[in-house]
This record gives sequence, structure tokens and C-alpha cells, in this order.
Amino acid sequence: MDRSLKLNPRLITFGWPLILLVAAVSFPLVFPNAAVDNVAILTLIFASLATSWNIFAGYTGYNALGHTVYFGFGAYTMALISVNQQLPGGFGLFLLVPVAGVVAALCAVPLGWISLRTRGHAFVVITLIAVFIFQLLAFNLRGITLGSTGIFLPAPGFALDWYFLPYYYVQLAILVLALLISWYIRSSRYGLWLLAIRDDEDRAEGLGVRTGAGKLSAFVISAFFTGMIGAMYAYFIGSIYPQYVFDPALSITLVLMAFLGGVGTLSGPVVGALILEIAQQYFSLNAQTGYYQIFLGALFLIIMLLLPRGIVRSLFRLWSAWRIRRGAGGSPVAPERPEQPERPAVAVERG
Amino acid sequence: MPFEFDPVTVLDAVLAGILTGTVYALMGMGLSLIFGVLDIIDVAQAGYVILAAYLSFFLQRSLHIDLFLGLLITIPLLFLLGIVVEVVFIRPIKRDRTQLSILITFGIGLVIEGVLGVFFGTTERELDAWYVTQGIKVGNFYIAYVYIFAFIMAVALIAVLFVLLYRTKFGRSVRALMQNRTAAQLIGINVERVSAITFAIGAALTAAGGMAYGATTPFNNNSWYDLITRLFAIIILGGLGSVQGALIGAIIMLVLSDVTAVVWSPVWSSAVFFAALVLLLLFRPQGLFGSLATRKQ
Repeated sequence: MDRSLKLNPRLITFGWPLILLVAAVSFPLVFPNAAVDNVAILTLIFASLATSWNIFAGYTGYNALGHTVYFGFGAYTMALISVNQQLPGGFGLFLLVPVAGVVAALCAVPLGWISLRTRGHAFVVITLIAVFIFQLLAFNLRGITLGSTGIFLPAPGFALDWYFLPYYYVQLAILVLALLISWYIRSSRYGLWLLAIRDDEDRAEGLGVRTGAGKLSAFVISAFFTGMIGAMYAYFIGSIYPQYVFDPALSITLVLMAFLGGVGTLSGPVVGALILEIAQQYFSLNAQTGYYQIFLGALFLIIMLLLPRGIVRSLFRLWSAWRIRRGAGGSPVAPERPEQPERPAVAVERG
Repeated sequence: MPFEFDPVTVLDAVLAGILTGTVYALMGMGLSLIFGVLDIIDVAQAGYVILAAYLSFFLQRSLHIDLFLGLLITIPLLFLLGIVVEVVFIRPIKRDRTQLSILITFGIGLVIEGVLGVFFGTTERELDAWYVTQGIKVGNFYIAYVYIFAFIMAVALIAVLFVLLYRTKFGRSVRALMQNRTAAQLIGINVERVSAITFAIGAALTAAGGMAYGATTPFNNNSWYDLITRLFAIIILGGLGSVQGALIGAIIMLVLSDVTAVVWSPVWSSAVFFAALVLLLLFRPQGLFGSLATRKQ
């Protein structure tokens, strides 16, 4: 598939990430404004969500719409343990974040096993339905979840001066870890398995790829990160309700972010989250009811119709075409990778 | 949990399920038809339903047009909307149709939600007329006339759709496209035209479905999230791309939900259906009437 990101490995691998990391680390110190940092943390949360979704869905081509389930498991794990054990707020609660990730990953094993028996559209819909089932359970198993009353987490007790910093840096660390894992998977043999599943699952299986194990393990890794992020979200927001943590729109939003940036690329989900989450926050603050959805929907339609391969791939294509034209002394022929041809008509008949 | 088996109540629930099931079938059949012919998943379908419900609301409140008479206006309007959406947004998608269509139609749904929010706000609305408030007693239930009228309308429209699909030249083109797009093109079917009209028919069906939905359920501009999940569940149960499947899937879903509601508890009604759907998919991933997608194309 499109490996154009690898054309310039040294630049991509060392230069940009380092600059971006420094920028991300210094951001809250440069802008110590509560409103800005609030948006920054939410953006990091969504960037991490889209990245962890991409580890499974982007590489295997299975468009899961149910990652909210693991987000919810993580959030409820965090809330229930901290409230039932009467843990004090503070830095200690961040230690529960990986625990929440493990719980989400353990739940993902049976759920993934069941849903991965289907593929294509049925898989998309099964995963979406799972969100509704668990939302309903969270509403109705009042003995455990308190239902629609919601759960309030212990107050962190951070000083107002640096209230946002702990959340920001822990969430940034999770994002960097997710990106590292994503990058490692992409460049490993295991990642090639996953990409082979995406391109042609039956042929991959015929060539000896253990597709079942590959898909399930990627699903579980993805759920692990999603659970951790859910826990972070619960602690940051301070209260959870079934309709907000098992929210089907959340799944769709993070998929949109990944698509916007470029599914299956390393940086795409982060770019998509940066644009979409900031736009969303801006519109929800500044636009009246209704206009918010119109702006968002229109933004979406425009980007999808103009850059259907995602921003990262499309911009990279434009950039390399421009560079080659310049390098070749104004030669009009840009020997870039040709656009993938329309699938030959006959292919519809295969299999 | 208290389980109550009162045969009359259960029969009533079955009846109610069949009556509302046909209305959902109208919307689901459009969705399945669109999927079968255009190979896209139209998330905005539920948005058209809500749009149609609001149009009926507007016609009734401002112009005092009866809900059923208003369909003579809303059906052509949604047909036109369908043509426009297909030509402007769906036709340009050349690669990855199925995946990109989900996102693009989601964008369309958002725009519809936003426009409705601007014009009507987010207050919950309900359509009303004499047949919404009056009804007849069947068994232990009181069934409003609108359920019966909507059922008759839905059956009539479904019959028209089947005649269109199985007794006309256009219907033959549609079925040919569903079977094999390329071969249909080769034998001289105007694929683009048939696609646009099919999409528009799918949207037009929601005009009737939306009116019936609005007369039986309170709605506001974001009701489409809940509705689209139900519609997806219906067409997955019936088998994607199968029009009969959507009809039967809708009736099964509504009967199962309504029976669960009276036998067990209303809060579990959709959970039972969803659980049953997941179980079915484990053994029959293609749904009841679908054909197995063996290979991702």
C-alpha cells in the first residue's frame, strides 16, 4: 500500500518528532491559560484515542466503531476502584491508569474474539452495537455502576497554578507511548501481517499469516490504550455517566479524526485529532445550536471530497510532487507514485 | 427479575411489533436498497427520516395540512433531496466507496441535524392529529389509529416498491446492478441514472417513514443517532442488500423488543434484540437473507 511516509526515513524518524515533542512538552509552560490547557488536554486525549484505534483498525482495515466500549471500561475501572477503595485524590490515582488499561484489554479478548468472527460491514455494525449494549448495562446494573446517577471521582487536590500540568504530561506520555508502539508495529514483521490482512485477508491466510491471532492481538493492544485513556478522561473530568463514557458518537468522532488525517499512517490520527478537536471546541464555544453541526459537517464533507486519502497522504503527495518538479529543473513530469488505479472491473467477480 | 406471561398482553405486543415493524421496514428497505445498488452505507438515512418528520411537523403546524396528505409534498421533496445528495456527494466518491461513504454521509447527517437545530431548536416535538390521540382497544392495549393507518400506508408503499422492483424495466435494471455492477454496465444499463434514482427512492421512502415515526415517537434534531443504529441492526439482521431481509428484520426486531418490554422490562427491550442479533451473526455472519462477502474487494 502507500508507504510514501517511508520515503524519507531519517527526516521523518528523527527530525520532526523531536521538534514536535519539544513543542508539546513546552506548550503548557508557554500558555499557562486554563481554558487553553483544558482544550489541549482534550486534544491529547483524542489524539491518543485516534492513534490507538489506528493500531488496530488502520493497520488491519477492520473499521471498528466500538472503541468507546473500552474507553468506558477504563473510565468505570478508574471510578469504581478509586471510589470503592476510598482512595485519596492526587498523583497516586495515576497509577490506576495502567490497571484500567489491563482491565479493558482483558475484556477485549472475548469481545474481540466474538466480533472478529465477522468481517466487513457486519463487523462495523457489531462493534457499534456493542457500545449500545454496554451503555444499557451501565444504565441498568445500578448495583455496580449507580446507573444514571453517575460516579464522582475523588478531587485531585492539585494547586490551581499547575492544576492542568499533571494531566497534560501523563496524557502526553500515553500518546507518545501509543505512537512508539504504533511506529514499532508498522515497521515490524507483525505490522506486515496486519497490513497483509488489510490488503487481502484470504490470500494472507493462504500464505501462512496467522490472521486470527494477528487481528485479535492488535485489537487487544488497541483496547489497552483506549482503556487507559478512558481512565484519564474520567479522572480529568471528575465524574462519569453512562451516556458520556459509552457514547457511540465518541467512536465515530475518533474514526473521523483518523480518516481526516489518514488511516494507517503514523501521524495521520494525531493530525486529524488536532484539527477536528480544536475545531469542535471552537465551534461549540462560539457557535449557536445548530451552526456547530453545520460547520463541522461541512468541514467534513469538504475535506473528505477534496482529500479522500487523508490530509497527511494528500499533503505529502503534493509536497513530493512539488519537490521533484523543482529538483528536476522545472521538468513537468513528476515521477511520483501513480495514483492507485481504479480497481479493474473484473476484480469484482473474484472470490 | 419479574417475568410475567400473560398471553393476551404478549399477543398485543406482537401485534404492536408488527404494526411499527412495517414502518421501520420502510426506512430499512430504502437503506438496504441503497447499499445493494450503490455499495455505500448511508448513515444520513436516519437524518432524512428526522428531516421528513420535521417537514410534516411544519406543514401541519404552519399550513394546517393533514399528516398523510402532507406526504404528497414531502415524498417528492425528499426524492429531490436524494437526487441532489447522490449527484453532489456520492457520485464523486470513486475509490473506497463503502468506507468513505460512511464518513461523507455522516457529514450530511450532521449538516441536516444542524439545519434542523437552527430552524426548530432542540425541543422534543411530536406530531399530533385526531388519529394520534384516539384509538381502539385491542386486548389489554389501547392502539392509536395512527399505528393502523401507518401500517396500511407502509404495506401499500412496500407493495408499490416490490412491483417497481419485480415488474418493471427499471426494477430489472436495479436488480441487475445489485447482482453485478460491471455486467449491468456492459449490457447497456445507465448505471449512474439508475443509481441516482435508487438513492432518491430510498430517501423518498423515509418521508413516509419519518411521518409515521414522528407521529408515534417524540423526536428532536439529534434523534437520528439512535434511529440509525436501529436501522443498521435491522438491515444487518435481514442481510445487507436484501430488501425482503429488511422487511423481515424490522418486524422481528420490533416484535422481539415489544414482547421483551411486556414480559420482562422496557429497559431491556433493545438489549435483548441486540444480543439476539449478535448471536445470530456468530452463526450466520451474512444475516438472514444476505449473501456472504467472502472477499474484501
